[in-house]
Amino acid sequence: MSKVSITVNGRATAHDVEDRTLLVHYLRDTLGLTGTHVGCDTSQCGACTVLLDGRAVKSCTLLAAQADGSSVTTIEGLAKDGVLHAVQAGFHQEHALQCGFCTTGMVMATVDLLSRNPSPNEQQIRHGLEGNLCRCTGYHNIVRGVQHAAHAMGSAPVAAD
Amino acid sequence: MYPASFEYHRATSVDDALGMLQRYGEDAKLIAGGHSLLPLMKLRLSTPAHLIDIRRIAGLSGVRENGGGVIVGATTTHSEVAASNFVRAKLPLLAEAAGGIGDPLVRNMGTIGGSLAHADPKADYPAVVLALRANVVVVGKSGRESMESDKTFTGMFTTAVQASEMITEVHFPVSGSGNGGAYEKLADPASGYATVGVAAQLKVEGGTISSAGVALTGFGPKATRLSAVEAALKGKPATNDTVRAAAKQAAPSGVTPYQANLACVYAERALIRALERATA
Amino acid sequence: MATIVEPTGALMGASIKRQEDGKFLTGRASFTDDIKLVGQTHAVFVRSPHAHARIRGIDAKAALGMPGVHAVLTGEDLKSSGVNPMPVGWLLPDIKIGEKHALAVGTARFVGEAVAVVVADTPALARDAADAVVVDYDVLPAAVEAVDALEPGAPQVHANAPGNVAFSWQIGDKAKTDSAFAGAKKVVRQRLVNQRLIANAIEPRASAAAFNLANGELTLYVTSQNPHVHRLIMGAFILGLPEHKFRVISPDVGGGFGSKIFVYPEECVVAWAAKRLERPVRWTATRSESFTTDAHGRDHVSDAEMAFDADGRIIGLRVKTVANMGSYLSLFAPCVPTYLYGTLLSGQYDIPAIHCEVTGVYTNTTPVDAYRGAGRPEACYLIERMVDIGARALGMDPVDLRRKNLVPAGSFPYQTQVALAYDSGNYEPALDKALEMLDYKKARAAQAAARKDGRLIGIGLSAYIEACGIAPSQVVGSLGAQAGLYESATVRVHPTGKVSVMTGSHSHGQGHDTTFAQLAASELGLGIDDVEIVHGDTGRVQFGMGSYGSRSAAVGGTAIYLAVQKVKDKGKQIAAHLLEASPADMDFADGKFFVKGSPSKAKAWGEVCLAAYLAHNIPANIEPGLETTSFFDPGNFTFPFGTHIAVVEVDPRTGHVELNRYVAVDDVGNVINPMIVDGQLHGGIAQGVGQALWEGATYDSNGQLITGSMINYALPKAENLPSFETARTVTPSPVNPLGVKGAGEAGAIAATAAVANAVVDALSPLGITHVDLPLTPERVWGAIQNAQKRS
Repeated sequence: MSKVSITVNGRATAHDVEDRTLLVHYLRDTLGLTGTHVGCDTSQCGACTVLLDGRAVKSCTLLAAQADGSSVTTIEGLAKDGVLHAVQAGFHQEHALQCGFCTTGMVMATVDLLSRNPSPNEQQIRHGLEGNLCRCTGYHNIVRGVQHAAHAMGSAPVAAD
Repeated sequence: MYPASFEYHRATSVDDALGMLQRYGEDAKLIAGGHSLLPLMKLRLSTPAHLIDIRRIAGLSGVRENGGGVIVGATTTHSEVAASNFVRAKLPLLAEAAGGIGDPLVRNMGTIGGSLAHADPKADYPAVVLALRANVVVVGKSGRESMESDKTFTGMFTTAVQASEMITEVHFPVSGSGNGGAYEKLADPASGYATVGVAAQLKVEGGTISSAGVALTGFGPKATRLSAVEAALKGKPATNDTVRAAAKQAAPSGVTPYQANLACVYAERALIRALERATA
Repeated sequence: MATIVEPTGALMGASIKRQEDGKFLTGRASFTDDIKLVGQTHAVFVRSPHAHARIRGIDAKAALGMPGVHAVLTGEDLKSSGVNPMPVGWLLPDIKIGEKHALAVGTARFVGEAVAVVVADTPALARDAADAVVVDYDVLPAAVEAVDALEPGAPQVHANAPGNVAFSWQIGDKAKTDSAFAGAKKVVRQRLVNQRLIANAIEPRASAAAFNLANGELTLYVTSQNPHVHRLIMGAFILGLPEHKFRVISPDVGGGFGSKIFVYPEECVVAWAAKRLERPVRWTATRSESFTTDAHGRDHVSDAEMAFDADGRIIGLRVKTVANMGSYLSLFAPCVPTYLYGTLLSGQYDIPAIHCEVTGVYTNTTPVDAYRGAGRPEACYLIERMVDIGARALGMDPVDLRRKNLVPAGSFPYQTQVALAYDSGNYEPALDKALEMLDYKKARAAQAAARKDGRLIGIGLSAYIEACGIAPSQVVGSLGAQAGLYESATVRVHPTGKVSVMTGSHSHGQGHDTTFAQLAASELGLGIDDVEIVHGDTGRVQFGMGSYGSRSAAVGGTAIYLAVQKVKDKGKQIAAHLLEASPADMDFADGKFFVKGSPSKAKAWGEVCLAAYLAHNIPANIEPGLETTSFFDPGNFTFPFGTHIAVVEVDPRTGHVELNRYVAVDDVGNVINPMIVDGQLHGGIAQGVGQALWEGATYDSNGQLITGSMINYALPKAENLPSFETARTVTPSPVNPLGVKGAGEAGAIAATAAVANAVVDALSPLGITHVDLPLTPERVWGAIQNAQKRS
């Protein structure tokens, strides 16, 4: 057991957890933030994607203990005061989600992608999301959702993290 | 999905990490990004009793210059290597390979030290360090060794790094101008690992290939230097014809016709681009 | 009986953004694993590592002594407490059913079969203890490939299924077909493998059960496409739970594609254990578990022959299919390679003689059942490959050969040789539209030019038809279905005029919260926010059959439509009473009930609703309230159709296939929400392309699943797919008043053949006539090498 202190969505959290606790389970089970999902056990599907100190990572392939002292943003921390983040809004506008299970990870990965490349072309979007699997959409509308968000974020100041 | 129990320790310095490795012996493993180790632990294919986290040790991460060459700290992430303007300018082969490992999320955590120490036969970095004649700096209780890449990879998931030692940085020599390198990889559509990966680095002086480093990954127990290809390049005219002829030597023995074909095709593609960069 | 109603109002046919998106986008959905039960314990299953083994003993002593462990339970425990074997929901004549228990009793028959369950305080502790359960196995030889399992001397999977034959089935006229072949000008033959696939919905299966000691009610949360089916099968047939004391809630479900239709062992064990242990019990599959335990799909080996006359008309189709059913018959498995397959073998073509024989075979592998398309992709792949092979053999353009054989527009209803009668269809315009979108002439010219440079570009067509909205109940019942296939809707109008629609359909990605709200709101002149769609909870919704087989709009939507008409009828009666008019003189539009011809004599929707519930002034012969129910049993399937075209380039040096363009023209009848329908097509296309290029579940000779995780089972990724070009033709279905046909599976049905045909087309200058799926670089390169050796 170790005490793990992580700032999650801007709030300090501290809990004693088994050392083997994965970050995704800390978020889901200890903190009750179930928006981050587990879709596989070989670190491939990306449904568990969160931002760790600003970079998108697979929270199923991290120990909570590794994130001790770090800052994590989950899907629950994206919208501000009830206003959807441009990526969330873009996905909604373009029907970039169907069952919604991969969506939270896809959105977080997109946030990171656009922070590093604000105007990606289609190929860059498709490559940028290679760590996130979707079985429902065929990715067609996800690409459009990302483009929608990029366009919206390009024409307005981005809210600070 | 749930690893077996273990104790987690965070090392505050290299000495601290080495001390813990001593204390816990064979039951301990180092963890930085954890993207080679944790997947194994989740499937219970690896069950260390102690994990020593070295990710936040100061000074272990980052890219810096050293006498014209590039030094990459062991805990530098693949993303950082791929994005480094310095690496992209000096060693595009290294940046290119780093930028193709796994996926963007994996690259944000996976480290060069971790990848080299893990020595997956289908990983990308081992071929790159071989082709670039890099030296892997290994620190242990007996001191500091600058291990030649040729001596580093000894077998499937095995390296010459002892259980009580750790990699602290990787030195990539760069001399003068006329250098060009490229990495060509056929990624497995499921795992993203290299079904074949060829790292090629050429130095061209006066229209001749003065040195060549070519290495193959994805075949057999470990990444290997393609010495026959290198020999067919060194001293020859810096032309695509030379490259194409040399690439024909790329197939290791004892592989299927398809694998042999892939080795040659990817060697050729990597070398052509390396040549283009070397003569640009 | 149904006249087609044109979609009315601003909402029908509109791409309304989805009502349900908010919770998914903000991480506030409730997937089964998200739902916490107070005092819950966690189950981990002990699974057979052998494909076939006698279970000699299970030693749980060490496991029981480990921290946090509540129980270790086995198949014997279940059996002795009265838990029955798992039933089969479709019975074919002379079917041989190998008994399947939720936890294996006596024998394990596939790698991954559950033999025991550990219940503990946390999943990690349960896993630790599961590793400590010692099972003594007597390993037996395993039958793996269906074709091999039929060989004399093959290991027998079930003692009561001699020769490993689960069933034999045929359709069509054998004598007529043999005679057609005898007189044919040209016959082409091909062995076609439709490889085993794994659905891999991104949400793993999960279940969580709690038993209320006070009132004897069991509540089960489960990832199901059809919670009422789960309740009926589990309650009445397996666990002996009274249906009215058993509530099944399927909350948000993260994809199904068929794999979440079936009742699985895990939810049976979880529900039973919750009652037995008097603690809530939950389980969530790891992805590796999903690989071995989710029902697999496809796995046909077919010998197909197509006969042509001198003019290139298809005069006969003869098919022998061996269908791998796996180790046990999954819930709907017997109908998939029979009634959902053989009956589609005419495709879009007028084929005068067809005969198909299917042998369902037991093997020591994961059970096989419906996976997106369920039988229809197998049929489409077979026909469309044979048509292309025929075209090549006849020296005809594959487009011309298709055009020559399409059922003409004036020939509907068209009775096929394989039982189905297509009620409507208009195939040529869809074909033409697809060709136009592609610019077929230009594409062929580009292909010819590329060939001169040694580049291998290929163009492949897939003209598909499918049958969906499986019904009517009487017919499917006579064919062996152990269930009806209607759908239900209750429309509950609240006193203040808001509406709750309880539907037996249950979307798991298809957007029913939006499309059904569009339908109801449009019919009632309400805003979409005034309508709530309720689904997935047997405690709130009347019995329904769930969502699969592209049936939700056609059958579920129609049930809603009919219930809404009943609401309007009653509203007219009340309004007429209030207006002192005759109900026959009343109309309803723009949110008002009014007298025809005197629109000022009107009562608003809200007024009528309140009147119904106040009951102060309603006709003497009607009851208060405004709530109606409809169960809709369609008279026939619906028949969506279309033409898809794929353009690929094959790298001759590596065999790599790049899909460069994908054009899809689909006729799904009337469309409630085009955006949602397009989304369904995209997803289906991606899965069909996945089957063509990357996917395939393979076993070694010991029955070990080699492709046991996402590390070696390649799911389509964004970087490997292009954007799709889609369009529609609209031929409304005459079978339901909405004129909708269903779109959920179309992409998966058509795409595999389109891509396969394109790859073979690319390779055809080398003399290659067929390459099996998946078209991996190694396989394609090998075909090229072999062809070059031959020449």
